Amino acid sequence: MTNPNNISLNISHALEFIDGHALNIPTLKILSEDGDILDGATAPDLDKETALRIYSTMRFIRLLDERMQAAQRQGRISFYMQCLGEEAAITASAAALKQEDMIMAQYREQAALHYRGFSLEQFMNQLFSNEKDLGKGRQMPVHYGSNELHYLTISSPLGTQIPQATGYAYGQKLKHIDAQSGELSSEIDNVTICYFGEGAASEGDFHAGLNMAAVHKAPVLFFARNNGYAISTPADEQFKGDGIASRGVGYGIKTIRVDGADTLAVYAATQKAREIAVTTGEPVLIESIAYRLGAHSTSDDPSGYRTKDEEAEFKSNCPVARFKAWLLKQGWLNEEEDEVQKDKIREEILAALKVAEKIQKPALEELVSDVYDTPIPALQKQYEELKEHIKQHPDAYPITAGRIK
Amino acid sequence: MAKMNMLHAINSALDITMAEHPQACIFGEDVGYFGGVFRATSGLQEKYGKHRVFNTPLTEQGILGFANGLAAFGAPALAEIQFADYIFPAFDQIVNESAKFRYRSGNEFNVGNLTIRTPYGGGIAGGLYHSQSPEAYFAHTPGLKLVVPRNPYQAKGLLRACIKDDNPVIFFEPKRLYRASTGEVPEGDYTIEIGKAEVVKEGKDVTVLAWGAQMEIIEQAAAKAEEAGISCEIIDLRSILPWDAETIAKSVTKTGRLVISHEAPITNGFGAEIAATIQKECFLHLESPIERVCGLDTPYPLALEKEYVPDALKVFAAIKKSVEF
Repeated sequence: MTNPNNISLNISHALEFIDGHALNIPTLKILSEDGDILDGATAPDLDKETALRIYSTMRFIRLLDERMQAAQRQGRISFYMQCLGEEAAITASAAALKQEDMIMAQYREQAALHYRGFSLEQFMNQLFSNEKDLGKGRQMPVHYGSNELHYLTISSPLGTQIPQATGYAYGQKLKHIDAQSGELSSEIDNVTICYFGEGAASEGDFHAGLNMAAVHKAPVLFFARNNGYAISTPADEQFKGDGIASRGVGYGIKTIRVDGADTLAVYAATQKAREIAVTTGEPVLIESIAYRLGAHSTSDDPSGYRTKDEEAEFKSNCPVARFKAWLLKQGWLNEEEDEVQKDKIREEILAALKVAEKIQKPALEELVSDVYDTPIPALQKQYEELKEHIKQHPDAYPITAGRIK
Repeated sequence: MAKMNMLHAINSALDITMAEHPQACIFGEDVGYFGGVFRATSGLQEKYGKHRVFNTPLTEQGILGFANGLAAFGAPALAEIQFADYIFPAFDQIVNESAKFRYRSGNEFNVGNLTIRTPYGGGIAGGLYHSQSPEAYFAHTPGLKLVVPRNPYQAKGLLRACIKDDNPVIFFEPKRLYRASTGEVPEGDYTIEIGKAEVVKEGKDVTVLAWGAQMEIIEQAAAKAEEAGISCEIIDLRSILPWDAETIAKSVTKTGRLVISHEAPITNGFGAEIAATIQKECFLHLESPIERVCGLDTPYPLALEKEYVPDALKVFAAIKKSVEF
């Protein structure tokens, strides 16, 4: 029986409450820690080329993170955030998408951006906020974005990308409206993936975004990175119930939980989720269970809130090593060649860092451009006054003074 | 031309937009079949379908988050917040997201296709939560544009300009005038430039400035002043961000006096910005201190609304004070 409340009533005469922890959603795991396909599991259809691209992305990001974390400690950049521990979840999910699918990330998903083709130089230009940074030096390090690569520029406020992903995905769906009938096509070309941490799932934006996606059927893949900590707050102080996945079920969204350290499980789940979204136009929620091995950011010190033993336990379950073991067993990767590659990438990163930190800062006009499509009169006036001031005191403004037109 | 009230004029502007862009969407609380609590979107769902004109769940934060995403995709997003009093749950999405999308991304992405419509202001016995004028909160945020029309003709032309503008715009609709204000409005398309104030009536003794629903009040006050032999120049600011300091300064240079009126509380209201700028621009031409006639620094009241609002008598008193200084 259905009523106006949009609920199929299942009448009972027993006074019973459902336990808040009653849901116990299974976790998809395909690959063992040693790199074997588990009994009863089926490996996804993953060709050698894609597999190696996933691996090389994870390896690159690990090396970049390592070097740039150190660069921050040396005072060469102001801030950094690592992907450590979540490389598989982020790279494999991005790899299961089409290049034109939209990515709306939180901040820790540089591996997805690199998989799309964001170059070492582009990473460096953003990190050093030089004049070649696509974001024109306006945001803190790791706030990447690229229109060409369909990767929305990162915003610091937490969770704001979640309802935005719903709106963007709705637009992708509207592209397929039949001009004559006004009806929507049953199949669409592209979806939006929205990454967020379990901490962001506490924000109002999470509720707003998932609820609207479910009600209005937007083809968005919500990818919850449940990595154990929101800065220093452990997950058990962040939510109750069965993780973030149970919330997806509550919103009426198709949901799956995966082992986020298992490249094959993440790839399989995301591939299937994408298929559901393009054929039904509806959202899907994926909860990845991983562990944030590094600090939240360079401003954080995890030794204050978690034990060495806990970290060691998760370090032994390295997502990159697990996938590498599978690739070696497949005969697709050679250990020696891998080591040579690693050294080569380390050298390239260091060289690119040295180049990027010497590139000059953005010109003064970038201070006022892009606030509006064209500067409004008040801003134009302020800019002229500022230019005049700098011209009169060039020594006080060495970065811009010599370049004012 | 046709005789329209402000709701018809707004509906007409939205209708033109929906016909022009196959992906334009109107969404908000109750805006679908019902046409919104004030019926500004009446008939549009029947015409353009449920996919493009739809009710959202009750989530202002969600409406603006969704709108930002849709606009970033490239579709005209016409979001309605049912009352401006309820725009605050969406404050973060507007101030941190809409306003900064283009700047923070180096123009890799923008939400220029976003237009937010919201009824504002008092005079309907709406009390605290159905009467506020929150324009000053948003006027402090670079990246937004803010527009307030005073009558149906202005409403249609300005709303069309907001929609066509390549920046996110908040369009504050004076709800007291929705049905009360009627006039001749072209049935076809036209726009009124954003960022320009309008000298509604020329005068020589004092400049009297307002926007939106307060225009009617200052016109009544100016009529009283004329009877008392005071010639008022009446200006409708129309656009609060960007605002037309040049036109105001030119007028005040001529009259030597300025009276500003708005419904929002006086402290840090937008009148403060105007007063500060004009005293700098017109210092040597001013014959008296700039007067502000505004709401008190209290929440918007219910029973004592008449005492609270800046009415024609209060504005007239300020005009006299200014002239007799």
